[in-house]
Amino acid sequence: MSETGYEYRVVRGFAFSALFWLVIGLVVGLWIAFEMFNPALNLTPWLSFGRLRVVHTNGLGLGFGLAGIFATSYYILQRLTRAPLAFPKLALAHLYLFNAAIALAALSLFMGMNTTREYAELEWPLDVGVVILWVMYAINVFGTLLKRQEKQMYISLWYIIAMTVTIAVLYIVNNLAVPVTLFKSYSLYAGANDANVEWWYGHNIVGFIFTVPVLAMFYYFLPKATGLPIYSHRLSIISFWALIFAYLWTGAHHLMLTPLPEWIQTVAIAFSIFLIAPSWGSVVNGYYTLQGNWDQMRSNYLVKFFILGITFYGLQTLQGPLQGLRTLNAFFHYTDWVVGHVHMGTMGWVAMVISASFYYMIPRITGNELHSVKLANMHFWLILGGQLTWTITMWIGGIQQGAMWKATNPDGSLMYNFLDSVTSLYPYYKLRFAAGLVYFVGILIFVYNLVMTVRKRPAEA
Amino acid sequence: MGIYSKPVVFAVLSALVILVGTIVTVFIPLFMPSTQPVSPLIKPYTAIELEGRDLYIREGCNNCHTQTVRPLRTEVLRYGEYSKPEEFAYDRPFLWGSRRTGPDLNRIGGKYPDSWHYRHMQSPQGMFEKSNMPPYGWLAENPLDTRYSIKKISVLGYGYSAAEVERQIADYKAKVTAADYDSKETRDQVTPEKLRNDLTEMDAMIAYLQKLGQDVKNLEATK
Repeated sequence: MSETGYEYRVVRGFAFSALFWLVIGLVVGLWIAFEMFNPALNLTPWLSFGRLRVVHTNGLGLGFGLAGIFATSYYILQRLTRAPLAFPKLALAHLYLFNAAIALAALSLFMGMNTTREYAELEWPLDVGVVILWVMYAINVFGTLLKRQEKQMYISLWYIIAMTVTIAVLYIVNNLAVPVTLFKSYSLYAGANDANVEWWYGHNIVGFIFTVPVLAMFYYFLPKATGLPIYSHRLSIISFWALIFAYLWTGAHHLMLTPLPEWIQTVAIAFSIFLIAPSWGSVVNGYYTLQGNWDQMRSNYLVKFFILGITFYGLQTLQGPLQGLRTLNAFFHYTDWVVGHVHMGTMGWVAMVISASFYYMIPRITGNELHSVKLANMHFWLILGGQLTWTITMWIGGIQQGAMWKATNPDGSLMYNFLDSVTSLYPYYKLRFAAGLVYFVGILIFVYNLVMTVRKRPAEA
Repeated sequence: MGIYSKPVVFAVLSALVILVGTIVTVFIPLFMPSTQPVSPLIKPYTAIELEGRDLYIREGCNNCHTQTVRPLRTEVLRYGEYSKPEEFAYDRPFLWGSRRTGPDLNRIGGKYPDSWHYRHMQSPQGMFEKSNMPPYGWLAENPLDTRYSIKKISVLGYGYSAAEVERQIADYKAKVTAADYDSKETRDQVTPEKLRNDLTEMDAMIAYLQKLGQDVKNLEATK
């Protein structure tokens, strides 16, 4: 297909796998959002909230997130090295195995094979599968880098390398377990140590799947889409090293005021605050890249996605460290506030940047014009409105719940029983469900737009 | 800048950079006994409690219920004594959770009689009309699978012999199927007739819930 023999079938395959798992993951998300205010949808064991929530997080994190990362990084890798993938057949095998693994993962979680480690719920045989998939990916990353035609590695490649290395360490260490049967294992660690290992993983898997590779996309596709170079190379160097250094210290801010030793919690708070700097390094770099060319916000539909995306990243990386502070954490932790926080990152930052990256990439690898810019704009406004309504609703609900848990009568007794704090959130849960529907429609338009783009005959274009 | 044109050196350097925080905050604490202290007053789970815990894991109860009471005034008022590290020495995996859609369960043991739990699991809405908890009546329709109990206990190193495991299972079965079991009436209501003389998944789940937070009382008594 391409003059230089770039392998684009695998890019396209992963891009549409991402879209497929995105739709599935969102349907499950809507289902559990409904269950939150009406338990009638817990129809069978397979559809009960406890099992479905994990299908939702894994389907979107592993299915949509990873497939989006593989699609864009296989593309970026070839463009930035000016070399075709080192092992194209291996990459295709990676694509097929990946989809088989995600399907099996979803099935196993529906069946209740669940280790309870957040974002690492898969049982050990599937963990082995994930490690094999990761090795297949890493071989192509390093193989292609070694035979590259471009001497200097651009910023995006640093982020891809850091992700490849770090995910391997995180995934293996966190999933070490002793098998009892093919479907059941026990963690190698106990109690506080298990919690510490898991949240070191849990925090950093978000960092190295939902931040680092998405920054790789941002640093590559923003200049490509706008024709403007990144504002400061030096700032991107400092941000990169500071980010990957500081990230790994912060997992314990998920374990504030638990029986985990206090010093680990305090170290995590300190590094969380420090993390604002490198995170905002990228935000500032993104904003200043547009310096003098802000008219592109109106004239170039892709810029809206990137700039709103990096804005949500900036808000996310301010909100996160603040939530880690002990006093605020005591109020917000365990409430829906945190649910809102997570979804600003995923529905805002991650989905916005992956959307724009796909809109840039798919027409170029198929040789077709994008089906409709008008639909892309509609997609933008629907996911923006849906996400904002979703997250703001959850923040307000979270504040209310936190306040109700803490409220006391003049005699010192509790003002509300727990159930009051649950039922008072139902109006928020209904609004959240409606916002999720709006978001889902936006995503359906996105998928339709890309499907129509690849179905066009190049001759028509 | 040489490293930006050397991918392997760059990868090794990245690995070293991410390992600093990892070693200090995760690997070193793993080898410090103070991270997860062990107390003889906290007993490992019995085979039945462990099977119940595995069902709690299978059903993803941790997605809505935490198991760690924080040292905050209103939290201690609501749930009871705040959580101590010793309590979790036998928890593999830990089940502290991250979201309270439902209340914390670390002090649920002994708070209500078994009959309360049978009724509540069967139909949370029957007890609290507006509750959003999924019903779990079907746990009483599944016989408890104890084929791997001995292996599980030995993998976890709880120190019970095979004979002790079998006795724990037999004892618990005798307890809940006895004519004078204090929650017999409710158990019979939720358990299908053909399983009333056997252990069900619901029996084990309730045994686990009733264990939560029991041993911490011994721990507190010594302070």
